[in-house]
Amino acid sequence: MGGVAALWPFVSQMNPDASTIAAGAPIEVDLAPIAEGQDIKVFWRGKPIYISHRTKKQIDEARSVPVSSLPDPQTDQARVKEGHDQWLVVIGICTHLGCIPIAHEGNYDGFFCPCHGSQYDSSGRVRQGPAPANLPVPPYQFVSDSKIQIG
Amino acid sequence: MSGPSDYQPTNSALKWIERRLPILGLMHSSFVAYPTPRNLNYWWTFGAILSMMLGVQILTGVILAMHYTPEATMAFKSVESIVRDVNYGWLLRNIHASGASMFFLAVYIHMFRGLYYGSYKEPREILWILGVIIYLLMMATGFMGYVLPWGQMSFWGATVITNLFSAVPYFGESIVTLLWGGYSVGNPTLNRFFSLHYLLPFVIAGVVVLHIWALHVAGQNNPAGVEAKTEKDTVPFTPYATIKDAFGVSCFMLFFAWFIFYMPNYLGDADNYIPANPGVTPAHIVPEWYYLPFYAILRSIPNKLAGVTAMFSAILVLAFLPWLDTAKTKSSKYRPLAKQFFWIFVIVCLLLGWLGGKPPEGIYVIAGRVLTFCYFAYFLILLPLLSRIERPRSIPNSIADDVLAKTGSRSTPMVSTAIALAVAGALFAGSAQNARAADHEEVPPSQKWSFSGPFGKFDRGSLQRGLKVYKEVCSACHGLSYIAFRNLADAGGPGYSVAQAAAFASDYKIKDGPNDQGEMFERPGRPADYFPSPFPNEQAARAANGGGLPPDLSLITKARSYERGFPKFVFDFFTQFQEQGPNYVDAILQGYEEKPPAGVSIPEGAYYNKYFPGHAIKMPKPLSDGQVTFDDGSPATVAQYSKDVTTFLMWTAEPHMEERKRLGMQVFVFLIIFTGLMYFTKKRVWADAH
Repeated sequence: MGGVAALWPFVSQMNPDASTIAAGAPIEVDLAPIAEGQDIKVFWRGKPIYISHRTKKQIDEARSVPVSSLPDPQTDQARVKEGHDQWLVVIGICTHLGCIPIAHEGNYDGFFCPCHGSQYDSSGRVRQGPAPANLPVPPYQFVSDSKIQIG
Repeated sequence: MSGPSDYQPTNSALKWIERRLPILGLMHSSFVAYPTPRNLNYWWTFGAILSMMLGVQILTGVILAMHYTPEATMAFKSVESIVRDVNYGWLLRNIHASGASMFFLAVYIHMFRGLYYGSYKEPREILWILGVIIYLLMMATGFMGYVLPWGQMSFWGATVITNLFSAVPYFGESIVTLLWGGYSVGNPTLNRFFSLHYLLPFVIAGVVVLHIWALHVAGQNNPAGVEAKTEKDTVPFTPYATIKDAFGVSCFMLFFAWFIFYMPNYLGDADNYIPANPGVTPAHIVPEWYYLPFYAILRSIPNKLAGVTAMFSAILVLAFLPWLDTAKTKSSKYRPLAKQFFWIFVIVCLLLGWLGGKPPEGIYVIAGRVLTFCYFAYFLILLPLLSRIERPRSIPNSIADDVLAKTGSRSTPMVSTAIALAVAGALFAGSAQNARAADHEEVPPSQKWSFSGPFGKFDRGSLQRGLKVYKEVCSACHGLSYIAFRNLADAGGPGYSVAQAAAFASDYKIKDGPNDQGEMFERPGRPADYFPSPFPNEQAARAANGGGLPPDLSLITKARSYERGFPKFVFDFFTQFQEQGPNYVDAILQGYEEKPPAGVSIPEGAYYNKYFPGHAIKMPKPLSDGQVTFDDGSPATVAQYSKDVTTFLMWTAEPHMEERKRLGMQVFVFLIIFTGLMYFTKKRVWADAH
């Protein structure tokens, strides 16, 4: 028991230190400058985050797909905030081996990862390729209609 | 330990030491009097080669660590500082980087030797397992070492490999955060990798001591697989094995020197000359060649956790060999079936390595799965099966009999296998070059460069004209931040005098400060200043260039490459072709066309360029005829400007190239003579033993 207790500080120091955690504190992003059909990339906790202002076409396309046919089934509604369906916020890291997919590319008007060819749709869900999961949605909330806080 | 320890020094000072710490006796019984089988062939010299390589890597590594800065914003630059400014820094860096590859090459040969001759069998099981531990430690060390320069491949390779641990159920994400020390690969990761990279080689050294101890308990295995029984079977380690090892080491050094002095970037990736950028993923993330077979196995399995498990299992299965292969006959020389399957296994490993460098599409995926199956089948199905059903040939009675039975064709199998392996190895190593898929790219035409080949030199006139082109055209958008004005007067460069370099510098306005009022001010440039960048930061550069970021040009000719294809990359190794970068830059500058070909659309704000990947380049055509006039009367044409500025940029990427080639020639001459001397001495020493 004493041995484990003695060992713990040596293990714990490997975890993110206070300054790293502070640098990873939540950030606010102003959505007003993002036009419909446009997306931007911000960095939070060292990860790229895509914020997409989706067109009605993109939202309809995402919602008309039978969920059971998806490699990682998830409804579009579950991936956006209610009342703010036009905003898609996803972490831009391919769930296969970590490359950054390119926005507005691929057959699904979503994201295309150039490393091994995974393709995501306009809801950031994986549709084809070796990626096993949908693009993760980071924790975020709307502080006003035109501003979100990520983290 | 083992071996005769009846050593008594004659010198009284040494006697005094020996009585208190019998280290001299230990050295004597382990490396002088130690009985060595007299029928060992040259595959047994790799133990000594590996010990030497560990020493070389530790020595060069510790010295590099005196000049390297393990911090994310400074690491890349510190490595370039080593290469450019530290005395013989370029040499130390080349030795350490090429040395890692040589270290792995030697360890693979050493391991395959063990596989073929059954060196893992009783009573050498622990010796073998210690070897597997050393191998694992080497892989960890090599992986972390590659991250340290903090280039694109360093960063993204680290991202991919650390992400593997997220496959562990439940704890995966926490483990990855623990490894990273943050929420992504970043500065904490780099710092700890540096600490561990410095530590592990000493852990390796400790395990090597255990490894040699275990070896000396059992004694060496030998090509006949028959244990030594009498004194007639063995010779004392010194001088017999010592001189044979010295000759083997010398030949190895020749091969090593070829990489250090003539092909330092052959096994590397051009992308690692681009500083790490977390926002841009390289098109092809590939590990160094020595990890490629395991990378292929990882990617063959569609499930993430299964793939990771398969990859680690591929290494761990080695530890179980003594219990998987229980055949009594040790050496495959006397096991005709096992011998054939061994060579098939070698080919499977080479093919897996080649596949690891290919994009995981189409037929490569299927081939990868088949070969992964073959790899595991060899250990888990074939070897246990052969132990039961194979009828081996009769083995010699003793080592002495084995030596007497030989008819002089001894060296031939070794030489021909070595050549075959060298060719296969060259193919395999060259495949690391081919990680870039063709992707319908236009291959830049090969130009003649004055600096190519073992005697290549920079054309001074060309360098000076290139500098003029850079200054008058390129410097408007592109920085050259690794070159200082003083470098213009360095040997092997444009050949300006110190006074000329100072005058050149004084034309520039350099920001300096703060002064005593706390304000920044401008002053004329000095030789110690670096070429100023046209923009203060990335955002300003992008704003002025339609969103595109003009790259710094100091390293551009080393940061760009293209596939040479088979069999060109094999010949390249021997002809020393390494001019992909300059060919590419030269082609880009002249590759603009007014109208893109039919079917190719170029977005607004971009221009069609025949050789730029994707063909849409954000840089408008930079050169036109008559734009720059040359004092020496050289033609004022785009072709001339391209040639000269590319030559200049090759110099900025590698200022010490001429010195590297010159020293290389001296080292080669010395090593060839030395190897010859070693060979004749070895023949002399062994004359009575054969």
